[in-house]
Amino acid sequence: MQQQLEQESAGGRHRELVAFRAAGQDFCIDIMAVREIRGWSPATSLPHAPDFVCGVINLRGSVVPIVDLSVRLGKGPLQQSERNVIIISIIDTQVIGILVEAVFDILSVPESAIQETPDVGKEKARSLIDGIFTEGERMVRLIDLDKLLPQQEKSAA
Amino acid sequence: MANGNDLLDTFYQECEDLLVAMDEGLRELSEGESDPETINAIFRAVHSIKGGAGAFDLTELVRFSHRFETLLDELRAGRMTAEEDLIEVLQFSGDHLGDLVTAARNGEESDTEATERNLGLINKFLGPEKSSDEEVEIEFEPVSFDFDLGLATGGAGRHAITFRPTRDVYQLGHEPFRILRELAELGTLEVTLDASEVPTLDDLDPEENYLSWSILLETESSDQAIQEVFEFVDGLCTLEIRPEGDAAEGAALDTTPFDLAAGSGVSAATTVEPVPAPVEVAAAPEAPVVSEPTGSEPAPPPAAAEAAQAADARDKQGKQKAKGSNASIRVDLERVDKLVNVVGELVIHQAMLFQALENMRLSSGSELATGLDELSQLSREIQESVMAIRAQQIKPLFQRMFRIVREAGAATGKKAVLETAGEMTEVDTAVIEKLADPLTHMIRNAVDHGLEAPDKRVQIGKAETGTIRLSAAHRSGRVAITIADDGAGINRPKVKSIAIEKGLIPADADLTDAEIDNLLFLPGFSTASEVSALSGRGVGMDVVKNAIQSLGGRVTISSRPNEGTSFLVSLPLTLAVLDGMVVEVAGHPMVIPITAIVETLKPPKQDFHGLDSSDWVLSVRGTYVPVVDVGAALGFRTAKDDPTNSVVIIIEDEESSRTALLVDGIQDQRQVVIKSLEENYGHIDGVAAATVFGDGRVALILDPSSLVEQISRVGDPSNGTRIAMEERHAATA
Repeated sequence: MQQQLEQESAGGRHRELVAFRAAGQDFCIDIMAVREIRGWSPATSLPHAPDFVCGVINLRGSVVPIVDLSVRLGKGPLQQSERNVIIISIIDTQVIGILVEAVFDILSVPESAIQETPDVGKEKARSLIDGIFTEGERMVRLIDLDKLLPQQEKSAA
Repeated sequence: MANGNDLLDTFYQECEDLLVAMDEGLRELSEGESDPETINAIFRAVHSIKGGAGAFDLTELVRFSHRFETLLDELRAGRMTAEEDLIEVLQFSGDHLGDLVTAARNGEESDTEATERNLGLINKFLGPEKSSDEEVEIEFEPVSFDFDLGLATGGAGRHAITFRPTRDVYQLGHEPFRILRELAELGTLEVTLDASEVPTLDDLDPEENYLSWSILLETESSDQAIQEVFEFVDGLCTLEIRPEGDAAEGAALDTTPFDLAAGSGVSAATTVEPVPAPVEVAAAPEAPVVSEPTGSEPAPPPAAAEAAQAADARDKQGKQKAKGSNASIRVDLERVDKLVNVVGELVIHQAMLFQALENMRLSSGSELATGLDELSQLSREIQESVMAIRAQQIKPLFQRMFRIVREAGAATGKKAVLETAGEMTEVDTAVIEKLADPLTHMIRNAVDHGLEAPDKRVQIGKAETGTIRLSAAHRSGRVAITIADDGAGINRPKVKSIAIEKGLIPADADLTDAEIDNLLFLPGFSTASEVSALSGRGVGMDVVKNAIQSLGGRVTISSRPNEGTSFLVSLPLTLAVLDGMVVEVAGHPMVIPITAIVETLKPPKQDFHGLDSSDWVLSVRGTYVPVVDVGAALGFRTAKDDPTNSVVIIIEDEESSRTALLVDGIQDQRQVVIKSLEENYGHIDGVAAATVFGDGRVALILDPSSLVEQISRVGDPSNGTRIAMEERHAATA
């Protein structure tokens, strides 16, 4: 694995990615979009919210919505566990939290290793994935943060 | 020009202040106050704008403000009197100057047509613009100096100046030394003090000025530049500026230890150099001697002058206070907002500490508890002070409305004056900003729809000129703004027929007067059939209402036939905190703004009456009030079959219609810090904002009116007209 990365590093710019698990799969987002990673704290439910928005939490005075990635991908809600974490990320000026099972690594991946998403799968899930790459035994999916929250809610922000 | 320029930004900020000062002066003038200080204040404001505009090459602004200034100068010099038509032109010019500044600031094309039109008006008083005057003024280019213009005798660049300040110069805190120092920057200066008029100590009035100065200035600057040095003591001194050739005749120069011949030789050598031409080129030939006659008086000895100055400085301070311009600093709003946020956090954390302490079950007398008590008092005090920083007088906003009334009157052919009261009322800056548009619209409406035409007013025995009264006051923790006209009042039959025509209400609707008045707020009410020069912009009263509601405000309307209509806008003092009642809904704590709540009750079972399977009404002292189950409305649970184990909160909306909200319990009443939900998420119907409780959890602040509206959108419109109206309202919203 190490060798493979080094070989390809000559080929392109590297991206630093935070990798995590949700709904039994591996995902990652660009490290520059991550502001902090914090433990699970109870969220306040929002009325009329999409099912994947579990609510809002208080992040040092800001009200931040939490997206359950598992539900967002069309799977059931995340199993409650001590290891669950919220990845606080910034999309443009908007701050949101992504609820995931666990963060497992920080990866440095050359641009060239990231492939386009093959044209299969559920529309809902695929639209979220910006690209995929192989990391050892796993296939890791790169999340398109812009599409995490539905468009009309973002425009209202 | 790029707006990133700091200097330019400062210029525009100053322009804002200057325009306010100008408007205020113009208004005083229009109210018949024509004392010289008022005119001077307007003149200074316009002049300063011109000066700044020149530095930034804003040619149109310079050209216009120059003509405007010239007109003001005529008025100031007493060559014109402030008649009504002149004042009108001055007001239009002031408005246009504001437009030009705004256009320049936004980098937009200015309305040159309007400029020409306005200059035309000014020219009616001044005569046509002199072309040379214009050219020189706009370009600010060095123009080679033509010495045949009457300045020939002494050679260019040498000026003899006699400067004799009156006591007012000191009273207003001016300092001759600074003026002399500024002159020295223009060139070589030779100053002679004439103390000959200083009387003996016995006869000396310490507040009087007995001193005058003779100055010989050798400079490449123009007459204009020299005059500008004296700008701020203009009218407060006797000033003579002469080309040096004439100066030999001046009595003041007799004492000058200056070699005239040698001086002439030097300046003669410099004559070929281009010199910025003076503004008053055209005037110069006839009047090479510029003199501002004001009562001149003899001078005190220096010590007395100093004492007088100190006294005058105090006077000046007092005067400034009276004018309302206290010492102040400009602070970026962002910095204040940051402070507000941090203080909000402080309050939350202090509440957390408090809660933690309670959980430890310490005795209330313990050191920790008393310390924390004091801390909470202090933090509350800090919070209030910080809020006070954000507060601003509503005056600038009100002043803008004078123009709106003027323009609306001109556009509709109606005569209207604006009267304001409570201008010093302080409101949160953000509220003021967001209030500008709705208020403008309401004022326009008042002139356009509220007032009758002048001839009609005369017919029915009213004064020809209608009055719009705009007032602000603090009322029980809110700001109340009233916009009242003395017009015909709402034509209720007409309003009703329009509403029926537009399908806003059923043809057979039986409405009370108040309900008819409130039809004005329905979306789609104001349309093309009543377009005049002013309305028909597609902005109706519904937009006004929405804008005010989004500020957490309410607007109510009242009208009496032939006596007029008045709108009462009630706004929160600040957008940062709110007094709320904490209730529990389906296990979630929520906040209902206290201002919306009329009463809370726990009614007995027999007071609830089912309408159908899920809709209820509650009988409260003989009237039936629709019941809204908050938990169901927010989608947290299905509607309750049995409302009797709930607590009822009666709320009242802008139309004074009441609704009973069902909640599971009342927990507390407290002040909460308002946090935006929109910033990171988006708007939720029925929810105004969020807040953070002492335990760090987020709670939602309900927006009762929108909650009720939302219910009636899906509800059954069987509950009389009111709900039917609301449903349509909501459907079109």
